[in-house]
Amino acid sequence: MFATLAADAVSKVTTVTNDANWFLENAWIIPLLPAISFVLILFFGKRMPYKGAEIGIAAVSASFVLAILSGVAWMDHRDNFELEKHDDEHAIALSDGAGSASDTAEYAVGTLAAEAGDGGTHAYVAVQQSTQWLQSGGIEFNAGIMVDGLSVMMLFVVTFISLLVHIYSTDYVSGDRRYTHFFAFLSLFTASMLFFVLSDNILQMIVGWELVGVCSFALIGHWWEEKPNSDAALKAFLTNRVGDVGLLVGMITLFFAAGGGTTFDTIKINEAIVQGGVSHTALVVAAACLTAAVMSKSGQFVLHTWLPDAMAGPTPVSALIHAATMVVAGIYMVARLYPVFWEGMQIEGSSINLLATVGAITVVGAGLLAFVQDDIKKVLAYSTVSQLGYMAMALGVGAWTAAVFHLFTHAFFKANLFLGSGSVAHAVHSFDMKRDMGGMRKFMPKTYITFVIGSLALAGVFPLAGFWSKDEILVNTGGWGVLGGSGAAPGSYTFHFVMGMIGAALTAAYMTRCVYLTFHGEYRGGHHEDHADDHADDHAHHGEPHESGPRILYPLYILSAFSILIGFVNFPPGFLTGSKKNPSGWQERFLHFIEPAGSSYFPAVGHATPSWSLAIVASLVAVVGAAFAYYYYFVRLDRLSKQLGESLVGMPNGVTTTNVFARAGHNLLVNKYYLDHLYTGVIAGFTKGPLARAVNWVNQNVIDGMVNKAGESAVQTGQLVYHKIDQTIVDGAVNLSGRVSDASGEELRAINSGKVQNYAAIMFAGAALLAGAFVILLAL
Amino acid sequence: MTGLLLAEFTTTEKWVVNSFWGVIAAVMVYAALRVVTTKNVVHAALWLVVVLAGVAVQFLFLGAEFVAVTQILVYIGAVIVLFLFGVMLTRASMGDDETVADEKRAMASVVGILLFAVMALALVDSFDDTEITADEPQSVATVSDSIFSQYIVPFEAVSVLLLAALIGAIVVARQD
Amino acid sequence: MLLNQFLLLAAVLFCIGVYGVLVRKNGMLVLMSIELILNAVNINLVAFGTLTDDVGGAVFALFTIAVAAAEVGIGLAIVLLMYRNRRSIDLSEADLLKG
Repeated sequence: MFATLAADAVSKVTTVTNDANWFLENAWIIPLLPAISFVLILFFGKRMPYKGAEIGIAAVSASFVLAILSGVAWMDHRDNFELEKHDDEHAIALSDGAGSASDTAEYAVGTLAAEAGDGGTHAYVAVQQSTQWLQSGGIEFNAGIMVDGLSVMMLFVVTFISLLVHIYSTDYVSGDRRYTHFFAFLSLFTASMLFFVLSDNILQMIVGWELVGVCSFALIGHWWEEKPNSDAALKAFLTNRVGDVGLLVGMITLFFAAGGGTTFDTIKINEAIVQGGVSHTALVVAAACLTAAVMSKSGQFVLHTWLPDAMAGPTPVSALIHAATMVVAGIYMVARLYPVFWEGMQIEGSSINLLATVGAITVVGAGLLAFVQDDIKKVLAYSTVSQLGYMAMALGVGAWTAAVFHLFTHAFFKANLFLGSGSVAHAVHSFDMKRDMGGMRKFMPKTYITFVIGSLALAGVFPLAGFWSKDEILVNTGGWGVLGGSGAAPGSYTFHFVMGMIGAALTAAYMTRCVYLTFHGEYRGGHHEDHADDHADDHAHHGEPHESGPRILYPLYILSAFSILIGFVNFPPGFLTGSKKNPSGWQERFLHFIEPAGSSYFPAVGHATPSWSLAIVASLVAVVGAAFAYYYYFVRLDRLSKQLGESLVGMPNGVTTTNVFARAGHNLLVNKYYLDHLYTGVIAGFTKGPLARAVNWVNQNVIDGMVNKAGESAVQTGQLVYHKIDQTIVDGAVNLSGRVSDASGEELRAINSGKVQNYAAIMFAGAALLAGAFVILLAL
Repeated sequence: MTGLLLAEFTTTEKWVVNSFWGVIAAVMVYAALRVVTTKNVVHAALWLVVVLAGVAVQFLFLGAEFVAVTQILVYIGAVIVLFLFGVMLTRASMGDDETVADEKRAMASVVGILLFAVMALALVDSFDDTEITADEPQSVATVSDSIFSQYIVPFEAVSVLLLAALIGAIVVARQD
Repeated sequence: MLLNQFLLLAAVLFCIGVYGVLVRKNGMLVLMSIELILNAVNINLVAFGTLTDDVGGAVFALFTIAVAAAEVGIGLAIVLLMYRNRRSIDLSEADLLKG
């Protein structure tokens, strides 16, 4: 009856490890530092010389150093473990407390040691430290850390991007009214995200998941004085609630089905599933519910709508939270609880399942939406949704390492793109590519180069980061059977492979469009005082935008370097040196260190062998996509805008130099009109090949804006995707439910006197009648 | 002392105890009726004191000494004082409650009587002549052991709730 | 003693409390009626606790007392706010919910 209190349980810290490094055992310090920083900034930030930014940067830097050290320690640990495997019959787990042998004995270690003893299979154990938080009703609630390849990788990504974003923000939000508040929440977010990735039990994961959600809410609504911003924050929060229900139900199902109703421990739950014996039905339910959670948090169709709106937050926040880290929480959760999906969705040997299909639809759906956005951040937002779709799809088709690797590379190049867009927006004080940007290459050559590198990496151009990860996903779908090379891919997901290919073409095309509209052509801004998220400093009226300062540029340089190089960490074997079966020492390092292959808590996932032919075809598809867009924008539109400049205004600089607002607005409208038709033509170029070429030809010759039937249908296709699917169906469903309750409310209005006591009387009378019916039924 | 009181009850003749209980119950019901019918707000608060004290005595009958003491301390000591402060701060209502429409009284009476009928039916049906004995009072030690072990989570939740109420009351009622 | 004598007493108090909540116009008096309801609940909790010889009933009665204290605090704050905004705590005037 007397439960143990948390106080006397602190001494019962359990460690499961084989002689792990100090940095792995004490990884809990990494999230603790930003958490302390949050409190310090909150209380003392405003009194500090740099208003709290220095506290945040110091804490995150320290976390970053610790994350790198624990990464190095992990590599050491992983390699040493394999050495020990050869020694045979080594005790795999040791406990650090002298008296706690019994604690560890009942632990998963028992099965591990047994496995290592009789079979030849080796199992490496994640470094786990946990302490009892409280105990109630015989269930122990633990809090702890679990360090393995996946969490070490996430530690590195989160602290690294967070550090760069901190530095970037000191310039970007300088002079903001809530500067200190901003840094406090950056710290809190970093702490929550690190806490989430280090969780060793599903309960702690839920807590971390909600914490990052709260930080996201607070930061999207950073400029809450403007209604759209606070609306966007609310939308993000409420949409995520939908998925959170799925998360709760899924986790509770896991707790009872796989945890035996006694443990929340991630490793134990995964082991129970890997060993079999967990009800398949329960796993199906859990996997489906958790997929719903992924759909909201990681912005999959149809719950993705909050993510583009979340761009109302400051750009550094978008880079950190809505591109690199928080939105991949769903992906991380799936990767962490992979046995649930592996068994629940029967990924192996199959050709379709929920998670993969949701991901595949998201890849193409969001890729199309990215075409019809004028806001540079929304293009990137839809691109993020699309790339998250790739990750979800990869996990769904059994390509665990490919998914996690894409998560890893995507974090760098997408953060690069977001921070680049922020740099441009900082100069022109707007995010509208069509109205306020164009020709930025001349004003911001450095930002331009980094942005192009990011775009190339995103588009999957050899040999940049995105190429390697995207190629790995495609080859692991196993849908590549036609030309051989699918090897030991877990399944044969042809549909998903095709969607992935289309996605690759779309990605290349919309990024080309984005680069054109932002950096090429004539500068269209500088003639009106529109403010998107500009603040305090007012060099908006200087006429010409200019390059950003070093605190914005250096993070961009660093991220660009990573966007180029980071793909090589998982260099596929069989290229250049090594063989497919036997990779050289520098090949597939990522797979080697990150994937818990062969461990007791991870299913036996097959890996497809890389294929030259696929790599070439995938690259070609991307190049073709980019070429189409290049043709439309760089060749056709360039010519058009020159002709327009002459015919409409008769000024050499066209619409950009005039100070008369009305005329500029008019010219802009004309310009926009043309663009509207052209970019929807581009979509047609990919959806209706020959038709679009016809549109193209007509447009080229009929410059006065006459759009023929084919053009109109192309326009409709583009609009259909955006307005019908995104705006009408998804939003419509929401509006409909509102309208239904509105209508029924109208009917019930008569009895609504507005007096609370009348309502109470009705309530009590109703309750009495119901209870009366109940009592009479029972009594009879 | 309360223990002594209870010992007194258990040793005395049954009908003595029961009639004593009956008197107190009758006073409580009368006082409760006055709380909801009197026109003077201050009188209502004072009648409420009578009811609350009666409830404390009921707790003693049931052997729950600690709850009875807490009832007197918290309710009669703090809550009633709070009410009287409230009456003072909302000076306008110091006097009588304005007359209430008859149809409202009728509606409320119907609801109240309906509720009582349902409950009485259910109670009589379920616990027809279940005897209840409180031979010895629950010791404070038992109560505290239970609170700080088995019910530690609700206890923590209640403490957070009180904090939230404290902050909430300040936020709602502050002048600016 | 019978269990029912306590339970019926509690039922009477509860119904009187409900009557008060429904009929009173003064916000303060409504709060007092709510106290009657909460006390009725407490009597039930303790009675059942004694019946089953479980200290849980008493413990939850204590929790209810704490919750009631919080409720009075918040309730009075709301009534004060209402008084400050409207110079009246007549609940029949508070009909903003009117459809």
